[in-house]
Amino acid sequence: MGTERVHALAGVDLTIEKGEFVAVMGQSGSGKSTLMNILGCLDKPTSGTYDLNGKPTHKMGAFELARIRNEQIGFVFQTFELLPRLTALGNVQLALLYSKRGWIGSRREAKRALDRVGLGSRIRHRPNQLSGGQRQRVAIARALVNRPAMILADEPTGNLDSATSEDILRLFGELHAEGQTIIIVTHEEDIAGHAERIVRLRDGKILSDFPTAEDPIHNAYLQRAVDIAMLRASTGRQPGNGGHGNGADGGAA
Amino acid sequence: MIFVRLIVQTVFFAVGQMLSNKVRAFLTTLGIIIGVWAITSVIAAVGGLKNFVLDEFAKFGATKVFIWGNVPDSLRDKVTWEEVRLSPADGEALRKHSETLERLTMQTSLGATVSHGDKIKQGVRVTGIEPDWHEIEQRFVMHGRALTQSDDEGELQVCLVNEQAIEELTLEKGGVGSYIFINNRRFLVVGVVETKEMSPMFGGGEARTEVFIPFRLAYRLRDWPWVEITAQMKSPDIAEDCKEEIRFILRKHRQLPADWEDTFEMFQMTQALENFRGMAAAMTASAGVLVGISLLVGGIGIMNIMLVSVSERTREIGLRKAVGANPVVILLQFLIEAVILCIAGGVVGLIAGQATTLALRNIPDFPMEGAEIPVWAILLAFFFSAGVGVVFGMWPAIKAARLNPIEALRHE
Repeated sequence: MGTERVHALAGVDLTIEKGEFVAVMGQSGSGKSTLMNILGCLDKPTSGTYDLNGKPTHKMGAFELARIRNEQIGFVFQTFELLPRLTALGNVQLALLYSKRGWIGSRREAKRALDRVGLGSRIRHRPNQLSGGQRQRVAIARALVNRPAMILADEPTGNLDSATSEDILRLFGELHAEGQTIIIVTHEEDIAGHAERIVRLRDGKILSDFPTAEDPIHNAYLQRAVDIAMLRASTGRQPGNGGHGNGADGGAA
Repeated sequence: MIFVRLIVQTVFFAVGQMLSNKVRAFLTTLGIIIGVWAITSVIAAVGGLKNFVLDEFAKFGATKVFIWGNVPDSLRDKVTWEEVRLSPADGEALRKHSETLERLTMQTSLGATVSHGDKIKQGVRVTGIEPDWHEIEQRFVMHGRALTQSDDEGELQVCLVNEQAIEELTLEKGGVGSYIFINNRRFLVVGVVETKEMSPMFGGGEARTEVFIPFRLAYRLRDWPWVEITAQMKSPDIAEDCKEEIRFILRKHRQLPADWEDTFEMFQMTQALENFRGMAAAMTASAGVLVGISLLVGGIGIMNIMLVSVSERTREIGLRKAVGANPVVILLQFLIEAVILCIAGGVVGLIAGQATTLALRNIPDFPMEGAEIPVWAILLAFFFSAGVGVVFGMWPAIKAARLNPIEALRHE
C-alpha cells in the first residue's frame, strides 16, 4: 500500500552500567516509550541487539522474556497498576508469585520490601485506602521485591503532586545510593535532575548523553529557573510557567 | 512446585473475583445451575422409580424362572402339544443336574368342585405344589404345617387352603383339621397359607379361593396334566448361564435332535427387569440431551462473561505480564477462573437437585422414597461443569494469554 516504514528507534547505541541512575528524556514521539519497552523486555527490537547482564535478550522467546522481566526488571508505572482487590502485601507478593524462588518466605520478602519503602505499617491496606504516594511506594516495593538488576520507572511521578513527587524521587535516590540501578523515563527536567545521567532522545535517535551536572540543556533549565526566581524577587511578579520544556529542547538544537 | 503454588494462588484469586461479583457470577452460571439441577433431579427421580420397581420385582421374585412346554413353529408337524408337556421326570432332571438353580417346584392346577358340609364351590383352582413352592412364592404357612416330601411321595390326601377358602367354605377352628372334598375325594386341611398381596403391576388384585395339594397327587388326578416349573436362580446375575444350563439339561433329557428348536419355553424375571432398565436408561438419556443443551447455553454464557472479564482486566493482564507472568500462566489463570465459576454453578445446581430430591421423597403416597442422587451423578455433574469451564473458557483464556503486554498496559 506504499506505507512508509517508520522506525521508532534507529541507530541507538546506549550502555548503562550497573548502579547507574539514568533519566531518559524526550518528547512524545521521540522513541522513549519504545526504548523503555525494549529495556524492560516488553518488546523486542526489529533489528539490533540488547544485552541485559551480558545476556542477549533480542533472541529470547516470550517465556524467557517473562522470566527476565520477573527476575531482572522492576517496573514502576505512572498509574501505579496495583490490583484493587489485593492488599499492599498481596500486590507486592504478585511479583513473587511468578518467580522461581520459593513461595515459603515470600510474605517475609514482601514485607521487607514494604518496610524498605516506608509502608511497613500499611501492608493490610488496599490500594483505595492509600494515598497516591503510598500507592506508588507499594508499586516500588513490588518492583524491588525480586531484587532486580534494574528498576524501570515510566513517569513515576506523573500522577503525583510535587511534594509527593519529591518523596518518591528521594526514595529512588536512596535506593540508588544502596547500589540499585534505576532508569527513569520522564519529560520533566525537575525529575531528570535527580538522576546522575540524562539521555535525551529525539526522533528515535540519541540527542545527547551527559552526566546531569554537565548536561547543557539541564544547566540552561536550572539557570532559567534561577533567573525566574530572581526576576520574581526583583519585580514581585508571578512567574510564567509555560513552554520551558520546549524552550530547553529547542535551545539545544 | 512453582505450578502448584501458582494454581493454588490463582484459585484463591478466582474465588475472590467471583465472590466480589456475586450477582454477575450467579447470572453467568445460571445455565449450568439449571442444567446440573435438572440432570441430578431426573437421575434421582428415575433412580427412585427404579428402586420402587426393583422392590416390586424383589417381592415378586427377581430370580424367578418359569418353564413350560412349547411347540415351536418349525416343529409344528413333528411334535404335538401332548408330547411337549413337561413331565415330573423333566423336573427331576433339572433338580438333579442344575448348578444355577437354587430350588424349583413343579406345579399343575385343576379347576375343581370343592365342598365342605353343605357349602359347595365350583371352579376352584386347586394347585399341586412341591414343598419348595413356599420359599419360591414367599408364601408361608400361618397355621398348621406345610406340605412335606412324604406327603408328596405318599400322595396323601392332605391340602392347604388360604383364608379366602376358609371363609367361603366356612371351615371351623381356623380351618386346620377340617376335611374338605375336592372332586369327591376327601382331603384333610393341614395348614393355612398366607394370601400374598401383589402389586397391581403384576396382575395382583382380589384374593381368590385357593387350595393346594401335593404335586404328585394332582398330577395323577388329571388326565392330561399340564405342568409348569417355577424355579429360583441362585443369583439374578447368572440369568444367561442359567438359561443355557436349563436348555442344555432339558434338551439332553428330552434327547432333542441338534437341528430341532427347543420344545419348551422359559421366562426369566430378569428379562422383564432388563426391559425396565432399558426404559429407565432411555428416560435418563433423553433428559441428558436436554441437559446437554442447557449446559451448552450455560457454557456460552460463561464464555461471554469471560470475554468481558478479559477485556475489563486488560491492564491487570498487562501488569501480570510485566512482572513476569508468561502466556501459559495467564491462560491458566483465566481457564481456572472459568472452571471455578462453572464448578460453583455445578455445586449450586447440585444443592438445588438435592433439595428437589428431598421434596420428591416427601410427597406422600408417591413411590419416590428411594430417590437419591447417586455418587456417580455427583461426580458426573462435577466433571461436566468443570469440562464446560475448560471448553468455553479456553477461547477467552487464549485471548488473554496472547495480549501484548505493552498494549495491555496502555489499554483504557
